[in-house]
Amino acid sequence: MSQSATASSSTAPHYFVPQPSTWPIFGSFALFFMALGTTLWMNDVGWGKFMLIGGLCILFYMMFGWFGTVIGESEGGLYSKRVDISFRWSMGWFIFSEVMFFAAFFGVLFYMRVISVPDLGSLDSRLLWPEFTASWPVAGPGIRESFQTISAFGLPAINTMLLLASGVTITLAHWALLANNRPALVRWMVATIVLGTVFLFVQGYEYVHAWRDLNLQLDMGAYGATFFMLTGFHGFHVTIGTIMLIVITIRCAKGHFTPENHFGFEGVAWYWHFVDVVWLLLFVVVYAL
Amino acid sequence: MNLPHHPRIPSALAGIASLLLPAASFAQEAAGPAYQAASKYNLQPPVSEIASQIYDLHTLVLIFCAVIFVAVFSAMFYAIIYHRKSAGHEPAQFHENTTVEIVWTVVPFVILILMAWPATKTVIAMKDTSSPDLTIKATGYQWQWGYDYLKGEGDLKDVADGIAFYSALATSYEERTNVKPKDADYLLDVDNRLVVPVGKKVRILTTANDVLHAWWVPALGVKQDAIPGFIRDTWFKATAVGVYRGVCAELCGKEHGFMPIVVEVKSVEDFRAWAAERQKARTAGAGAAPAPAAAAPAAPAAAAPATPAVAAPVAPAAAAPAADVPARAATSVAARSASGG
Amino acid sequence: MQATHSHPAVHDHHAHAQPTGLMRWITTTNHKDIGTMYLWFSFTMFLVGGILALALRSELFQPGLQLVEPEVFNQLTTMHGVIMVFGAIMPAFVGFANWMIPLQIGAADMAFARMNNWSFWLLPPAALLLVISFFVPGGAAAGGWTLYPPLSVQMGPGMDLAIFALHILGASSIMGSINIVTTILNMRAPGMTLMKMPLFCWTWLITAYLLIAVMPVLAGAITMILTDRHFDTHFFNAAGGGDPVLFQHVFWFFGHPEVYIMILPAFGIVSEIIPAFARKPLFGYTSMVYATSSIAILSFIVWAHHMFTVGMPATAQLFFMYATMLIAVPTGVKVFNWVATMWKGSMTFETPMLFACGFIFVFTMGGFTGLILAITPIDIQLHDTYFVVAHFHYVLVAGSLFALFAGVYYWLPKWTGHMYNETLGKAHFWLSVIFFNITFFVQHFLGLAGMPRRVPDYALQFADFNMISTIGAFGFGITQLLFLYIVVSCIRGGEKAADKPWEGAQGLEWTVPSPAPHHTFETPPVVR
Repeated sequence: MSQSATASSSTAPHYFVPQPSTWPIFGSFALFFMALGTTLWMNDVGWGKFMLIGGLCILFYMMFGWFGTVIGESEGGLYSKRVDISFRWSMGWFIFSEVMFFAAFFGVLFYMRVISVPDLGSLDSRLLWPEFTASWPVAGPGIRESFQTISAFGLPAINTMLLLASGVTITLAHWALLANNRPALVRWMVATIVLGTVFLFVQGYEYVHAWRDLNLQLDMGAYGATFFMLTGFHGFHVTIGTIMLIVITIRCAKGHFTPENHFGFEGVAWYWHFVDVVWLLLFVVVYAL
Repeated sequence: MNLPHHPRIPSALAGIASLLLPAASFAQEAAGPAYQAASKYNLQPPVSEIASQIYDLHTLVLIFCAVIFVAVFSAMFYAIIYHRKSAGHEPAQFHENTTVEIVWTVVPFVILILMAWPATKTVIAMKDTSSPDLTIKATGYQWQWGYDYLKGEGDLKDVADGIAFYSALATSYEERTNVKPKDADYLLDVDNRLVVPVGKKVRILTTANDVLHAWWVPALGVKQDAIPGFIRDTWFKATAVGVYRGVCAELCGKEHGFMPIVVEVKSVEDFRAWAAERQKARTAGAGAAPAPAAAAPAAPAAAAPATPAVAAPVAPAAAAPAADVPARAATSVAARSASGG
Repeated sequence: MQATHSHPAVHDHHAHAQPTGLMRWITTTNHKDIGTMYLWFSFTMFLVGGILALALRSELFQPGLQLVEPEVFNQLTTMHGVIMVFGAIMPAFVGFANWMIPLQIGAADMAFARMNNWSFWLLPPAALLLVISFFVPGGAAAGGWTLYPPLSVQMGPGMDLAIFALHILGASSIMGSINIVTTILNMRAPGMTLMKMPLFCWTWLITAYLLIAVMPVLAGAITMILTDRHFDTHFFNAAGGGDPVLFQHVFWFFGHPEVYIMILPAFGIVSEIIPAFARKPLFGYTSMVYATSSIAILSFIVWAHHMFTVGMPATAQLFFMYATMLIAVPTGVKVFNWVATMWKGSMTFETPMLFACGFIFVFTMGGFTGLILAITPIDIQLHDTYFVVAHFHYVLVAGSLFALFAGVYYWLPKWTGHMYNETLGKAHFWLSVIFFNITFFVQHFLGLAGMPRRVPDYALQFADFNMISTIGAFGFGITQLLFLYIVVSCIRGGEKAADKPWEGAQGLEWTVPSPAPHHTFETPPVVR
């Protein structure tokens, strides 16, 4: 990359510094209204949900606009190799922060199974909870209703296959991109999206089944809380990941990315693999064990 | 011992000074109206072996810290005075020395071990709640304590078992709002004291009815969180008769500062006499000191079925005590809230 | 063909009009502008948090309830903590990071200058949510800044607003930290290896790692509070197999690294200033890097020293006691290295150096009380007392805040192009240090003698020291208005500052003019 004295006279500057932008302030308004709206709604002020929806609309507008600007800058050749490296570092660290978020919830599951539930069933706790025996799955000593769990080797196993398969298809898509095979790239990306979407539908079906038929709900003590929070946040991340996959696929169809330069694709692929790995952990720790 | 009001005396000197006192003064202070005689600069005079160990451990660590502090800052102040440009000192250029780095890593590490060694022994001793002579459950409520005498052993067998009562702040609302002058035990006075015998190992089980509380009596060296739905324990063995006062030590809402603990340590004979009187009143059903005992253990289990599946986010026994709160406690709680406190 | 015209999407900064006025500040992607905004925001929050503190100290001036109801008092203490930690100290250090990291490493700007803007502009809405929370039914959150359940689950909508504010603040921090890590790792000028980087950049690199790792854990913890509050989960409710102590574990896994997040950049600032004013290189640079890294790594395994009284087994208490005591070793190493830097230097004592030396002296006192608290049996007596309050104010005020002041005085000439009034600066230092000690030294005694935390009223034997503490607090608070005056005067005028106003200062920031031009190092310098 040849540099000249002033950044403006080279096609890709030494390091691109964006011009002033209005996207961030839209994002701030969005999150403010989302926060206030949700608080109002949760505290039984009905119109809060409209404020939340309004905030979400502003957020989508901001996301669309900001990422659109970034895509334009990238396709416009403004990003040097060094910027590409910056993106790689940042995506990696972002995924690490997500790992830590899930780690907190896995930690909670561990604590409940290994520490608090056994403690509540211990000899000393007979004073407060005389009828409780510690086991797993369990709701808790103060919850009289019972529930059933979802067997790992039914739909969850299918979901595992779906996500693992999607990990394969996205890798195949990557190889197609590296070989500059555009039709195959798009095909494999679509396959990945389909697999991800089917996963979401299966999870949704499972949730309804759990809620209605198995009496497994969010308020069903330790099991209910950890089950829904872990799988729920995971499902949320799969949804975000699927949206990202759709955006990238559209970009692929439009001819974006080159075999040498396709960080946007790789970043989304990393995220997708991360989502897959979290599922594997979930499968083992929440469903199977 | 009352040091003169000199806020700048480093606590190290105060600690050392109080160490030089004859041990007898501890006992004397302990016997009197305890709080008035307490030192303003140090931990309260210890009235148990554990509290004593903690007191001494604190003094030891303080001395270590003070010595290191003086050494390091003597060097720093020396440099500030003599190695300044206005004194004509030219700057040296050295900027590393591996030997020195190793020395001032290893030496502090060794000093830490010297502190950790006695501390370890005390930690283990504090955890040993086995073979108590008397077991009492302390339940934290918003905003008072409830005591249940569960079990006595040996010569305390069946002496106090079954005694139960609430213990609420006795300081009047008028004192708190500055209408009346405050008496000496302001905010540290309760209606029903926890009475225990001297020289006996007392195991305190803590739990709570609603939110987190903590049972703390500094002179006895005990502090234990009271966690709703869980049983925790601690122990003490008082070495001197007297009255020892503590406070709730975990934020529990608006009256957190107003639910003190008063432990009255009596001789074994006086304790038996007190217990006998309470037992008579209890079995005669006079109801002067109503019993939360029946309510409290059952309450967590009882409350839950009333709201099937959707247990309230607050801890189990939330509903029960409202119904079970005896007239006495209800009056004091109502009086506080009625007067807008 | 040589491009003599501007590429459509690349602007020559002077060819197109840049936004002016309010829009300049709202849309800026310039690290200096953003740094300035962070600093003003944090100072505003500092004053707000300070007023809350003066309100609560006024109630504590005498025994008895005079000014506020107990439930309002709890709101004051809680919001004082939340605002100072998340609104004042953390954004202030981020402001320094923004201003100084690109200058110190020879980069044109942060790696993601536009995301940098959002990191800042997320703060005002979060602050607004916190302010609004005072006015909803039930008032602001009142369960302590630590938000322990079940009390926090019991509270009114003010708690929900605080939770969302914390989520937004967390997002801002995580984005900002990713930006800082990427900038430091990827945008150093050629020749500036990691081990040639100013120590301030090292401490921020390590702090940013901590932030990325633990802010999501806080997010998880407060999300669980939210679901326990509104969606009937039982994370912290024994009836449902949960445990209030579980929250404490998750919270403090965040909380302990959080306090190091608030002090490591302070260590970095002090490590820049002492060598400059001693006219001598920092002693033991490599050792300082290792010490900072050790502190950061150890900070992940000590969290339960905030929980010694919950009833954990003795083995757990011992583990956390030993691990916590161990942190004293690298911390001590840093203090020794600073003193060794001063030793045989040629020191002058302008205001930055006064604050830096004051920092070492008073922070070390806080460090020692931390060691005292690390020892479990002693902590059993001192947990939840004013001894702890004294300890953390020594390390956060005399520690973090004094380092921030030191940094402001040190770099104000670079930022504004003027020298500040040295006499007033010294006055600010002496008044601050004296009033600080009056306020907080006596609190050690209060804690030892048995006064608990978070109470609006107290027994009579605690009266004298509370009165002294309140007087000190007002003195300290008023003194900070002097600081405001000094800074504003400096911005508006004063003796012209040289590129390098401090004789012994080292670093790339001193190679650019004062005030630093809006754009610097567009072509990176080569570092030998």
